Amino acid sequence: MPVISPQEVQQKYDVVVVGSGAGGGQSAYLLAMSGAKVLLLEAGRMFDPVRETAMFHTPNQAPLRAERTPDKQYGFYDSSVDSGWEIPGEPYSNASKEEKRQFAWWRQRMMGGRTNHWGRVSLRNGPYDFETRTRQGIGLDWPFSYDDLAPYYDKAEMMAGIFGASEGIENSPDSSPGVLLPPPKFRAGELLAKQRAAKLGISVVPIHRAVLTKTQDADKLPKKLHPGNPKAQKLLAENMRMRGKCFFATDCHRGCSIGAAFDSTTVFLRPTLKSGNLDILPNAMAREVTVDSEGKATGVTLIDKVDGAEHHVSGKAVVLAASSQETVRLLLNSQSKLFPQGIGNSSGLVGKYLTDSVSSSYSAQIPALENLPLHNEDGTVGQQVYVPWWRAAEQLAGKLDFPGGYKFVLVSGRKMPNLATGRKFDGVSEAEGIPFGRQLKEDARRYYGSFLGIGAQGAMVGNENCYSELDPEVKDQWGIPVLKFHWKFGDDELKQVADQQRSMAAILEAMGGKFSRPADTENPEKAVKQGGRIIHEVGGAIMGADSAKSVTNQWCQVWDVPNLIVADGATFPNTADKNPTLSILAVSWRATERLIDEMKKGNI
Amino acid sequence: MSESELPRISRRTTLKWIAGASGSAALPAMDSFAAVPAGTGYGPDPDLIKSYQPGDLWPLTFSDGQRELVRVLCDIIMPEDETSPSASSLGVHDFIDEWISSPYPGQVADRKLILKGLKWLDDEAGKQKSKNFVSLSSTQQLEVCQILAIMAKKDRRKYPGTFFRRMRDLVAGGYYTTPEGMKDIGYRGNVAMPEWNGPPAEVLEKLGLEPEG
Repeated sequence: MPVISPQEVQQKYDVVVVGSGAGGGQSAYLLAMSGAKVLLLEAGRMFDPVRETAMFHTPNQAPLRAERTPDKQYGFYDSSVDSGWEIPGEPYSNASKEEKRQFAWWRQRMMGGRTNHWGRVSLRNGPYDFETRTRQGIGLDWPFSYDDLAPYYDKAEMMAGIFGASEGIENSPDSSPGVLLPPPKFRAGELLAKQRAAKLGISVVPIHRAVLTKTQDADKLPKKLHPGNPKAQKLLAENMRMRGKCFFATDCHRGCSIGAAFDSTTVFLRPTLKSGNLDILPNAMAREVTVDSEGKATGVTLIDKVDGAEHHVSGKAVVLAASSQETVRLLLNSQSKLFPQGIGNSSGLVGKYLTDSVSSSYSAQIPALENLPLHNEDGTVGQQVYVPWWRAAEQLAGKLDFPGGYKFVLVSGRKMPNLATGRKFDGVSEAEGIPFGRQLKEDARRYYGSFLGIGAQGAMVGNENCYSELDPEVKDQWGIPVLKFHWKFGDDELKQVADQQRSMAAILEAMGGKFSRPADTENPEKAVKQGGRIIHEVGGAIMGADSAKSVTNQWCQVWDVPNLIVADGATFPNTADKNPTLSILAVSWRATERLIDEMKKGNI
Repeated sequence: MSESELPRISRRTTLKWIAGASGSAALPAMDSFAAVPAGTGYGPDPDLIKSYQPGDLWPLTFSDGQRELVRVLCDIIMPEDETSPSASSLGVHDFIDEWISSPYPGQVADRKLILKGLKWLDDEAGKQKSKNFVSLSSTQQLEVCQILAIMAKKDRRKYPGTFFRRMRDLVAGGYYTTPEGMKDIGYRGNVAMPEWNGPPAEVLEKLGLEPEG
């Protein structure tokens, strides 16, 4: 079974999976390895990370020095193709005209979905993140605890290959022994931050990222991950042996031709295609989940983007993992006599509880880092350290004026220059005007690599002002109704951002930093990044213990339609101060395992 | 360099240039410079592996005179020095042409600003009895740029400081995104390595830090 065209689709599959990213890739892999016949739909084209990623190219080889354009919205060498905030022919709308009240929606239309385009930061949600209602009286509890998900975090980490350290940090859980790969050494600026932040009682520790700092143990891991399934063990072992160890150069956002960085195509789809149980249909824009007269899902109606023709594909079960808001759109667009408000929407909650990381940033020039002896600071190129939330106890005791925690990620060192490098020294140069000529060249040699940037990403629980719904008027180029977003950060988020700004300033001051502008402690509205810009949005089809107050049960089965599973971030009742992808992998694993069991028992 | 430090003759020139820069009435309207360029963008799914040269994707704009003027500006902004070559020797002026010839909205805005600024430089040089900016002595050229750099710092939004700032951003950014520029600025990465061992001992010593573990 291979990559196919609509004409080659088989009569009926066991499962139709919509979306090839983290959630869909994970689910399709497990289903096919268990022997189920799977059809995977992807709205974008096939993409081969081995042949198509420009890893060592320098910006002068690209158009416009590889800067962002409306065609390549994260820069020319970012591996995203046919993707972006704005895609011609695929609009979405916002209820408000005010930018801060609008949600910016990134769509990834290519095989592997958003796993092609992420920093690979892979942190577990902590125990508190699953019980914000019980613990702090805000948001909603998840229908299971951290302990229920922990074994799946272990599995997802062994499968993806995650570096990091187990540091015993409150609410930032350790992995089981032997699961994590060794973290890379700290960069100079990161070591300085660690030393200076320690004086404030703040820890700087190795981050966890889906990058192989060591090749995976292809003899042991497949047996652990697929006990009693020799075929799956063999295919996984083969695939693990094909993945190379990081060679400590080039940005993971460009994609990884050696397979050291995790992406769904390399880790899930490549071995799954060899199982003989997976068909992949690219360029398939899912429009609607179809149901029979008893309300069971029967398949998916889709548009073939190549010629605009409509097709229907059939499965005994359907897994939605189209990315949280695309999944919401599909549910709402799946209207029938039985489900006039959209499938799975008897609670009226589809689209609700949309959340995103609460984010702001700050930076300074650090004189101690000037004129350091030149050396290669690429490391794993992306982030290597972070500051985990350190005041959960104070917060619980009511000593802070906001409920959500946050983490910091650090950016430092001499990175590969880009077009903005030439104007980086205006704030620190001693030139009378903006620096140019010999002065600029001297400034650049002295100051390049002496800046330290901090990015904050914090927790958010759902609020009544943040949701998506169908736009009653606007349709995309195939006539499919589009989403309309509503967005507004609440006081809790804004207070959190003010505190992020204070803490970032404190760390940078402790490093002797010089600032080009004051921190936005008094004006968090200005500092907070627009909803959606961090591309961490989740929610919209949340899971819960009560069918009246949620869209799916704890196994991500839609309450109204048990053979319909949501395997992406749409089921998450909140955003933790951790990045969502690793949790999507773990939750998808847990839900898919349950689906396989139910199918074997004949319940689906 | 402050005004009082300039030699006498140059000081007089300087004052005239300041007068020229402040008199906005003499400036032609933005739109008289080059309409939107003819080409189209590379689309949302370009070949990422191919190496591109200016002119590959859309037709270039500069006349011989404009090209020469930008070449001179490139080498004022990023001159050759003891350790590294000049911007023009790395073809940065061709990158500027590629940039202002591109059909994307951000670049179209830069096109107007830069073409207008280039004409202004030649017009003002004409008022100083010179054929054009390129014909000024290198001392005069440098002085003009110094005046513009000060204007750019004083007011981020005011023309012609805006023109010089953008030119400086593009030339310096264009320079540091070449392998030679990367070397000069001290970037030592983009090399495949079997291991990465963190900063060397001399770096830690300078920072007064202990090596890890």
